[in-house]
Amino acid sequence: MQSRSAFAKTVALIALATLLAVPLAFASGQGEAGGSGQQGSMQSQSQQKAPAVKVDELSGQSPSGKLEIFSWWSGNEGPALEALINLYEKTYPQVQVINATVTGGSGVNAKAVLKTRMLGGNPPDSFQVHAGQELIGTWVKANRMQDLTPLYQKEGWMDVFPKDLLNLIGTDNGIWSVPVTIHRSNVMWYIPANLKKWGVTPPKSWDEFLQMAPKLQQQGITPLALGTNWTAIHLWESVAVEALGPDKWDALWNGNLSWTGSEMNQVWTTFGKILQYTNDDAASLSWQQATDMVVQGQAAFNVMGDWAAGYMTTTLNLKPNTDFGWEASPGTSGVFIMLSDSFGMPVGVPHPVNTLAWLKLIGSKNGSDTFNPLKGSISPRLDSDLSKYNAYSQSAAKDWKNDRIVGSLQHGVVANEGFMNDFASVMEMFLKSRDVNQAMNATQAIAIQNGISQ
Amino acid sequence: MIGKGKDRLFAILVLLPSLILVGIFVYGFIGNTMYVSMTDWGKGAALAFHPEKNFIGLGHYGDLFTGFLNSRFRQDLVNAVFYSLFLIIGALGVGLFIAVLLDRDPGGKGTYRTIFLYPMSLSFIVTGTIWRWLEAPGGGLNAIPTLLGLPRAQFQWLSSRKTVLQFNWQDLFVILIAIAVVVLAFLAVSAWVKEKKKEAKWLGGIAVIGLIWVLFFRDATPNALASPETHGLNLATLGVTIAAIWQYSGYTMALYLAGLTGVSADLHDSARIDGATEFQYYMRVAIPLLKTTTLSAIIILAHISLKMFALIFAMAGPDNAQTGHPSVLMYLTTFRANDFAKGAAIAVVLFLLAALFIIPYLVGAHKERSYR
Amino acid sequence: MSEMKTSAVNYKRIVLYVIIAVLVILYLIPIYMTLITALKPPAEINLATAWKLPTHAYWKSFSDAFKKLGPNFMNSVILTVTGTFLSAFLGSVNGYVFSKWQFKGSELVFTLMLFGMFIPYQIILIPLFQTLRYLHLYGGLPGLILAHVVYGLPITTLIFRNFYVQISRSITESAQIDGANFFSLYARIIAPLSIPGFVVVAIWQFTQIWNEFLWGITLTRQAAQPITVGLAQLAGGQAVNWNMPMAGSIIAALPVLLLYIFLGQYFIRGLLAGSVKE
Repeated sequence: MQSRSAFAKTVALIALATLLAVPLAFASGQGEAGGSGQQGSMQSQSQQKAPAVKVDELSGQSPSGKLEIFSWWSGNEGPALEALINLYEKTYPQVQVINATVTGGSGVNAKAVLKTRMLGGNPPDSFQVHAGQELIGTWVKANRMQDLTPLYQKEGWMDVFPKDLLNLIGTDNGIWSVPVTIHRSNVMWYIPANLKKWGVTPPKSWDEFLQMAPKLQQQGITPLALGTNWTAIHLWESVAVEALGPDKWDALWNGNLSWTGSEMNQVWTTFGKILQYTNDDAASLSWQQATDMVVQGQAAFNVMGDWAAGYMTTTLNLKPNTDFGWEASPGTSGVFIMLSDSFGMPVGVPHPVNTLAWLKLIGSKNGSDTFNPLKGSISPRLDSDLSKYNAYSQSAAKDWKNDRIVGSLQHGVVANEGFMNDFASVMEMFLKSRDVNQAMNATQAIAIQNGISQ
Repeated sequence: MIGKGKDRLFAILVLLPSLILVGIFVYGFIGNTMYVSMTDWGKGAALAFHPEKNFIGLGHYGDLFTGFLNSRFRQDLVNAVFYSLFLIIGALGVGLFIAVLLDRDPGGKGTYRTIFLYPMSLSFIVTGTIWRWLEAPGGGLNAIPTLLGLPRAQFQWLSSRKTVLQFNWQDLFVILIAIAVVVLAFLAVSAWVKEKKKEAKWLGGIAVIGLIWVLFFRDATPNALASPETHGLNLATLGVTIAAIWQYSGYTMALYLAGLTGVSADLHDSARIDGATEFQYYMRVAIPLLKTTTLSAIIILAHISLKMFALIFAMAGPDNAQTGHPSVLMYLTTFRANDFAKGAAIAVVLFLLAALFIIPYLVGAHKERSYR
Repeated sequence: MSEMKTSAVNYKRIVLYVIIAVLVILYLIPIYMTLITALKPPAEINLATAWKLPTHAYWKSFSDAFKKLGPNFMNSVILTVTGTFLSAFLGSVNGYVFSKWQFKGSELVFTLMLFGMFIPYQIILIPLFQTLRYLHLYGGLPGLILAHVVYGLPITTLIFRNFYVQISRSITESAQIDGANFFSLYARIIAPLSIPGFVVVAIWQFTQIWNEFLWGITLTRQAAQPITVGLAQLAGGQAVNWNMPMAGSIIAALPVLLLYIFLGQYFIRGLLAGSVKE
């Protein structure tokens, strides 16, 4: 009996020891994203030249097999992607396209799944990503993307995409993705009939807005409709571009403008004044609900990207120009704050031939003009066939050709993901405290922390 | 149980697969997370094929608790305490109340039971979406008073930026000692009542020392932070907590209902014969018998308060600082800002915080075993 | 005298029913909101008219949602039924061991296992993914089932252990005297008595597994995604037409709801039989 229970005890002890040894063994090995044997310093990693896509070699082969496209387009954005996929499958009937979408969480869920897969060694063939620093700061810096300059040269895209755009989505070491859509951030929406009723016209500057706002408030109208946190950042960038002008805006993101100087002071002070004329319950509202406030006559204006046009035409069945109107957000006429959804070619992609064909398609005139009308955005190409687009998009495309193009902050063009994440917290702080000095100091600190300023 | 040795061997072997699985999937992963939290893996080239990871010890933890840019983490921690506290008290209280009502045997008891239980069948995401609509200040719940002819309610729910019970994080150590004093005093009194004089004296003594410190030496206590920082109970969190209570009070109701039904009818009758009113019966007889049920419920509710991530995300979105929780912050820090090490540090803090709730259960279970 | 007593009792009963009625209304408000939103066409849905009944019942929401959720529904059924069954079985045998076959250190081991309940799901996302890939289980339902079974072990073990502790020693000891060994004791005595415990565990695990989202979306490929993912897709896009996701959530909640309606009383009985009491 004694020996038997001692035996049982021993087995138990061995089990326990195994239990404790496993974490130790596990802690030292990290699986795919290896722990031991560091590959040199960060400096050398970013200087390592990323592989350039082998355009000629891949173009020579015929696409077949599978192609996995990863995106967060679903719901009403789904049909546009499906049309593009159909076009691809018609052109390359040997390929089966897998439409892998991940929704929810304002895109954070898609990022979680994508990054988990990339770290786990299971990359999709191509993934949707905002062109600009969101891609560059995360994936290019990690040497995960192939340089697409050879593709651009072969397809002649250097001349068909505006120079400003190429500057924003490329770096000194190459061009990293193919933009498929262009959206505009700095648009102000209103209902013409309502404005007439209230006796106001769309303001041409934020000062003008601040003058007319009290009159609207007296009539019980919210001068500017606002939604949850990210829409506040979206509004902020319009205010900042007006106050700074496009050149200083660029300088800010190149680390050449002080975050605590008089210019930024003016930006935050004006922004704080504007916030006084927004709705109290902004944090509970989605951007569509803020747009609804304008449509239903509870608010006069709303600054939102031009997907609001898609919402108003498709879901609310309103007609551009007659039922709703738009202007560039106050003081930014002539400036196009852009954001772009794009696709790139990851390093180690499972089906490079199919992926290259996909990139060619989305950059082409046909692909671009198939996708964008359905999505409510415009094509990045200067030679887009405007007859396929609605009234709003045509006006936007005209501005795209003529305006000075700068990048959006909220939508991943000018700042990397680390900065954007931290800025969201800073914005929350400001929304609560309206403390300009605190905001300036905080933004300077996070800019340094995230490598934007020194 | 004394059994043949071979049987005991089988017992352990049967248990072994589960132990190994839990060992790997729980402890292995926790170990991994703890290791990652002590490196600098993040930002920059975090997603490279072979990212750089240098050991930095407890740097992230220090930064989380004292860094100027991490006030959001500290607020989320305060929120987490209130979330768990209110969810547990609320679900227990409401559940008990409804259970007592149903114990009175109203007609249609079965239907009522299902109605109160059904919210548990929903996912937090669905609950969050629906309650978000209900709590939108422009519509939903604020419109209810108008049905009674009263003016619209003005509470901002999730958009509220009001904070009550404000305190300065610098005073954190003093506050923690004060809380400890209250808890010790409570334990001392209950030990005294149970005739455990020696234990009571020890607990009371420590409580008095703590009290003296708080009253006379508070200025000598080091500051928990370099500059003042206000935190408190964000009223917006109540909006989320109400949804969570709605969802899980059915579970506690079921628990208590089972418990109350289990209190034998004889006990009930003899209480009545002794002249007790129904109220007294519940307060003096039935509810005290439900203590162990309550302990089990606390564990489950603490487990659920961790999963509130999905609820908060659905109701308030990722960037509402008023309703934040470390689990949301961890998710964003890891997958949006690519700061894997910092996210891991937040996760470890979260895990330890949640594991604290196991202590009352362990204490209770230990006591039970000593009576067996 | 007795007449006065009856009227006093009736007065109290009325108060009871009124309180219950108020509570019932409060608890049903969210489902009312869901239902009327599901039955409105997209153009009619906005915050200002949220409480109003739809002008006519727009049943298309349900048919559209069902069409989109169909494949996911099947995945969820397979995932949840298998996962629930496995974790209930394992919880049962574990609980059996911990309650009836205590060895030195078994309490410690049990506590260590219990800690597993407090691990937040987001923490382990990356290592879980890597481990499942290593085991070649990524992408399909088996990997997801494994994850749910493993992380359900602590709570199912807890429930069953507490349940079995209630089974008096005299029953097990007399069975052992009659020659029962470890396995036959379980099969002949313990298992038949476990039905209430199984009901409690089944209802809990079914709910948790059916409603889980994060793993569902990270650990599976398109073909194997459960219904929570499908539901999120319905609510995706820039401009959500809320009628479909609302209809979808009602469809998604139905199986669990039906389980509660039919097994509700057994659930209570299971709790009564001591499954979650110490």
